[in-house]
Amino acid sequence: MERIYLDSNATTVVDPLVKQAMDPFFCQMYGNPNSLHRFGTETHPAMSIALDRIYDSLGAADEDDIIINGCATEGNNTIFKSVFMDSLAKGKPCHIITSQIEHPSVLHTCQYLEKEQGVQVTYLPVNSDGIVTLDALKEALVPGKTSLVSVMWANNETGLINPVKELAEYTKSQGVLFHTDAVQAVGKIPVSLKEVPADFLTFSAHKFHGPKGVGGLYIRQGASITPLLHGGEQMGKLRAGTVNVPYMVGMGLAIELAVQHTEFYDTEVRRLRDKLEDAILALPDTMIIGDRKFRTPNTILASFKGIEGEAFLWDLNQKGIAASTGSACSSEELEADATFQAMDMDNNLSHTGVRFSLSRFTTEEEIDGAIDTIQKTVHRLRAISSTY
Amino acid sequence: MAKNDLLGGSLWDNYSAKVADRMDNPVYQGEITEAEAEAMNAKLIVADWGAESCGDAVRLYWAVDKDNDKIVKASFKSFGCGTAIASSDMMVELCLGKTVDEAIQITNLDVEKALRDNPDTPAVPPQKMHCSVMAYDVIKQAAAIFKGVEKGILDDDEMVCECARVTLKTIQEVIRINDLTSVEQITDYTKAGAFCKSCIKPGGHEKKKFYLEDILKETRAQMEIEAAQKREVPFAERSTFQKMRMIENFFEAEIKPLLHKDGGDVEILDIKENGADTVVSISYKGACMGCSSALTGTLSFIEQGLKDKVDASISVSVE
Ligand SMILES: Cc1ncc(COP(=O)(O)O)c(C=O)c1O
Repeated sequence: MERIYLDSNATTVVDPLVKQAMDPFFCQMYGNPNSLHRFGTETHPAMSIALDRIYDSLGAADEDDIIINGCATEGNNTIFKSVFMDSLAKGKPCHIITSQIEHPSVLHTCQYLEKEQGVQVTYLPVNSDGIVTLDALKEALVPGKTSLVSVMWANNETGLINPVKELAEYTKSQGVLFHTDAVQAVGKIPVSLKEVPADFLTFSAHKFHGPKGVGGLYIRQGASITPLLHGGEQMGKLRAGTVNVPYMVGMGLAIELAVQHTEFYDTEVRRLRDKLEDAILALPDTMIIGDRKFRTPNTILASFKGIEGEAFLWDLNQKGIAASTGSACSSEELEADATFQAMDMDNNLSHTGVRFSLSRFTTEEEIDGAIDTIQKTVHRLRAISSTY
Repeated sequence: MAKNDLLGGSLWDNYSAKVADRMDNPVYQGEITEAEAEAMNAKLIVADWGAESCGDAVRLYWAVDKDNDKIVKASFKSFGCGTAIASSDMMVELCLGKTVDEAIQITNLDVEKALRDNPDTPAVPPQKMHCSVMAYDVIKQAAAIFKGVEKGILDDDEMVCECARVTLKTIQEVIRINDLTSVEQITDYTKAGAFCKSCIKPGGHEKKKFYLEDILKETRAQMEIEAAQKREVPFAERSTFQKMRMIENFFEAEIKPLLHKDGGDVEILDIKENGADTVVSISYKGACMGCSSALTGTLSFIEQGLKDKVDASISVSVE
């Protein structure tokens, strides 16, 4: 069976070129980059190229730091815990502002700091378009008291893009640090740290056709952090631990290729996404969350009335199609999709959401195949449904 | 946490082949019309359970023979995940040919067992056990409609864990008999809380009337009161600490469970000894706060209870 992968917001296929670039660093140039001998030092040129590519791709200045780490979850944890540690050290109360629609690597970290460490956290709501607004931020931010504002660049469930430039500029003007989780933005839409004055930004290679388990944390010149991992001298002592050379090299090429393809995303990926979206909307009683002009060009969060999300995924999976749902019926935690809830949608919708996310490797035939299967699935499951 | 918990399950791979097959090809999906039922000399029963907003909803159709109460035809419709659909399909199959009274005896565990490929391997992973509970509830609902009664009359004793079918009474007994002190022990002894975990504490998959955490706390407190009564040292001769414990235990065992039922709660702010008298200051929380009877009826109920069960020297003031 031909399989069709439409879950690229969860992770992506590794670009074969990236795999090829990583390959020599497993069995040939396997030295520890910190060693004095040639086995170690021969890894340096490739690492340095990777770093250049990462800096260039994000528009970072040479004075800024980008530390290579294990994943975006690590980057997010580093920032929140660093801000907390700094306020402890200064004996100051800690107030963090984030949004209700963040990824669990932000939300759960904030909830931990709030519940276990007494940090005050404000969770900004979204407007009816599903977007965090400057007005909401202005209401919550208290100059002199707020320590950090963190708002994701683009949302993983809906693809909705937040006005991070506006939010960052305002936050900076109030003398407060700004962080953005750009995991779902890098490679899909232009991301430039020249444009957006964020102090911190996190990203993860596996969302842009790099390998899993490697990511990065950008730290603007002047903003300092307390490391999460103490140990050796790697990454300017900001993140100890022997650098994962092949993965760093892979991420370097992956981000360069991804950024080169942002134009392609805006045209081709968007065209295929819109084709799929139009086909879904052509079915009766379906809806898509968020206006397409506010979304990353690859994402659709659809709701099919009368069909439970996991049942939908089951049928798709039986036909070899991968998609995802934010409302796993088996979850021990609250089941309704956080984004749906934050958008204050009709509660019925929160169990009917199915997310399709494309990548630059998605083909027209795949989209045509998916449309055909989606139509059949909707027909079959609505015939069974007691609520349709 | 242990090796098996580290990677997270592959949920669907743990379904039995029967579950997968019934999801893909449900046998009894569909409706029964009045005319069809009439043609069979049967009464049509249509029962709904659950709601789309809760993530699970099922509708059960029965054609019940007017002469002998046998279910001669049955079918279902369902809004739910694969296991919910497969369980509904199996539930309908189990109803067929039974009288209504026989069908009421079918439980979610019967449905799950019938879906096993092999008698010793569960048909679904633990997190999915609750999906067959819906199938069981809708039978009760259909039977209630058939009999013209409220569904509550047909429900079992207070059910705490629906996945494993463990009642409040069983759990309280097991705690007492085995002197259990943790929720994990309750789960080991009864399987309550081993599946969807909603009944352990608030905030899970489903909102519950009882939670294992509360039952444990309340039963332990009750046990301590009983033990203290057995020891029979007069209240006045006890240490301040013991007095405090006895008063606290009384609140945990006797007062809080009652207030919780109405969404209220109470907190002990202070316990002062004033010569031979003991004064307990409390404040109400939750639904009790705005309730006018909290200051009169509830207060005198609490005070009388303390006087009767702990010691006559105790009085209560509300802050
Ligand atoms: C918005 C967002 N932030 C953070 C993460 C976490 O990334 P990683 O898996 O690299 O820790 C993800 C990935 O699921 C994400 O979508």
